[in-house]
Amino acid sequence: MEAALKETKAKTSELSGADLLLKALEKENVEVIFGYPGGAVLPIYDKLYDSKILHVLPRHEQGGIHAAEGYARISGKPGVVIATSGPGATNIITGLADAMMDSLPLVVFTGQVATGVIGTDAFQEADILGITTPITKYNYQIRDTKDIPRVIKEAFYIATSGRPGPVVIDFPKDLAAAVSEEPAEQDIFLPGYQPTTEPNFLQVRKLAEAVSRAKRPVILAGAGVLHAKASTLLKEYAEQQKLHIVHTLLGLGGFPAGHELFLGMAGMHGCYAANMALHQCDLLINIGARFDDRLTGNLKHFAPNATVAHIDIDPAEIGKNVPTHIPVVGDAGEALRQLIRQVGNPPEQDEWKETITSWKRDYPYHYENTDLLKPQKVMELLFEKTAGEAIVVTDVGQHQMWAAQYYQFKTADRWVTSGGLGTMGFGLPASIGAQFADPSACVVAVLGDGGFQMSTQELAVIAEYQLPIKIAIFNNKALGMVRQWQEIFYDARYSHSKNPVQPSFVKLADAYGIKGYEIHTEAEAHAILNEVLNDNEPVLLDFRVDGEENVYPMIATGKGIHEMVGVKK
Amino acid sequence: MKRIITMTVLNRPGVLNRITNLFTKRNYNIESISVGLTEQEGVSRMTCVIHVENDRMVEQITKQLNKQIDVLKVADISDQAIVARELVLVKVPVLPHNRSEIYSIIEPFRASVIDVSKDSIIIQLTGETEKIEAFIDLIKPYGIKEMARTGTTAFPRGNQRVSQQKAFSFV
Repeated sequence: MEAALKETKAKTSELSGADLLLKALEKENVEVIFGYPGGAVLPIYDKLYDSKILHVLPRHEQGGIHAAEGYARISGKPGVVIATSGPGATNIITGLADAMMDSLPLVVFTGQVATGVIGTDAFQEADILGITTPITKYNYQIRDTKDIPRVIKEAFYIATSGRPGPVVIDFPKDLAAAVSEEPAEQDIFLPGYQPTTEPNFLQVRKLAEAVSRAKRPVILAGAGVLHAKASTLLKEYAEQQKLHIVHTLLGLGGFPAGHELFLGMAGMHGCYAANMALHQCDLLINIGARFDDRLTGNLKHFAPNATVAHIDIDPAEIGKNVPTHIPVVGDAGEALRQLIRQVGNPPEQDEWKETITSWKRDYPYHYENTDLLKPQKVMELLFEKTAGEAIVVTDVGQHQMWAAQYYQFKTADRWVTSGGLGTMGFGLPASIGAQFADPSACVVAVLGDGGFQMSTQELAVIAEYQLPIKIAIFNNKALGMVRQWQEIFYDARYSHSKNPVQPSFVKLADAYGIKGYEIHTEAEAHAILNEVLNDNEPVLLDFRVDGEENVYPMIATGKGIHEMVGVKK
Repeated sequence: MKRIITMTVLNRPGVLNRITNLFTKRNYNIESISVGLTEQEGVSRMTCVIHVENDRMVEQITKQLNKQIDVLKVADISDQAIVARELVLVKVPVLPHNRSEIYSIIEPFRASVIDVSKDSIIIQLTGETEKIEAFIDLIKPYGIKEMARTGTTAFPRGNQRVSQQKAFSFV
């Protein structure tokens, strides 16, 4: 108490640790913080009271960090999070792991108990450095107030450069309160961190030569293209060399979906043309994807006859899952720029083009229309009525796959989804972050009824800021993807995948002062979407979709990428 | 197969934890790890002996280690001409009737006795892992009361007679 009194009387030329923190955040042009106060961060929150930086209060720390992820994905800037020590900090663990998997830049501050009691199992103490080491790109604990400006500068640099990722700064309470003269400026000191952005010229030339010789080339473009802001370059290169493009789940939007060279998404629920192209190609050019198992299927059958080229900013991704013949370490944009400059003759691939075109024509995504409201139909309507220009944020499960299949993204950075970690509860808070990143955009949160109920509390934030998010719940009264797997692989023994009790989502929305509609038929869907999509206010749409619908095509675990089931006959 | 990886790291809090964490996270099999200061202030050297199934795996480990922000330099020196040393301390019970027998084992290994008590001695031995193991095998029949090994630490030699250095694909 006495210390606190002394602190308020401190000379104005002296700054507390919390002052230094906020000063550093202003220097990094931070616009918004998603944070939740608590004991250990009280000195920081006292300074935030007067700060110009917008602070958004999620209703759960996990919601805060997912919002920061959505913000980072859309804005391209790091999401900033504050959580208190102990439970506050452990509540953001899922978000850190998610951001690490999907390479999203975050700078996360966790409160910590005072330095004098660290290690004594003090109230709300948790070993956050220990817990977060394997799921962060880097982490710090402040040990001396004079390091604060440098540590924060380094954190932002690490989070955003090279392969982006989350950085945690653990901030003991006494150091946030401790007052000192403003420390001398310290430079960034990271001698062990020098990401390669400029690719090796010889490797690029080798790749260009392989392209000119190829008979059946295909590009697999991942989120690395988006992080490098290289979608225009990708289009230029693909058109120059007449190369067909396949996207990963996270890469969607990197190449315009309506383009004649676009084949679609590949992977477990990818389309026939994309998967077959990966299986049959003789040259596979991976740009910024990491050959995730949900993409490759059984590695034995993945691109068995292809020369594999892999452009990645993270050298550790090259050769990790798939043996690579032409490794190119560097930024996707730089690599594409160099490739475009090589101006070789486009490869001769008439036969290949014909094959691909017939796959694309004969085996599109398909579903059978019945009297019940089909989730695929709802996705098609959402695409149509937003003219393909909305920001689509999803949760995880069947609806996520339908969104990826049926929403034809025209431009980059309109797609937010939890890919690598597959985090349920991600969608609603991530849509909040996306809307803060682009306030004028139409944001559609495509959720399942399961995932929605994992972060329902964030409706309060939507109501508080009147964020005009369109919450589309694909309500099948089940954990659809789990149910689908149980139907196919476990003799339809639906173990704990059907929700016996569900609240009325419309009434729930109403409780937060948000408009809501239950939608049972296609006609209703038409009418209500026409009515609400252009409104500048939040709305919750409870689509009562066919509960027995499955996601197809599908590659079962352990099967090769060409062994799809549920392809159109 | 066994590989020796050496690295220099920034001596920051938690750096050893980061490295061992990485081995756990990626499911790598580690035999020994030794850490110590170097001639450069703030820089430590780590030597890891690992077991891998193939070259691809060791390449992956090297890359993952390199990716760590506190890691300055990583090298797989197994195929180079190297000096590798390990130190072991062994406490062996001695009885009047076998004392000279034990000493006759110690001598050819150029091990030294660094502590003597009424009924036991502590032997110190430095050398390559194979030598240490050969010594332990010989001394075991006399009964080992306690033993502590430091794990291998290693350097490439000043002169590389044969250049068998593996080229890795990271640029």
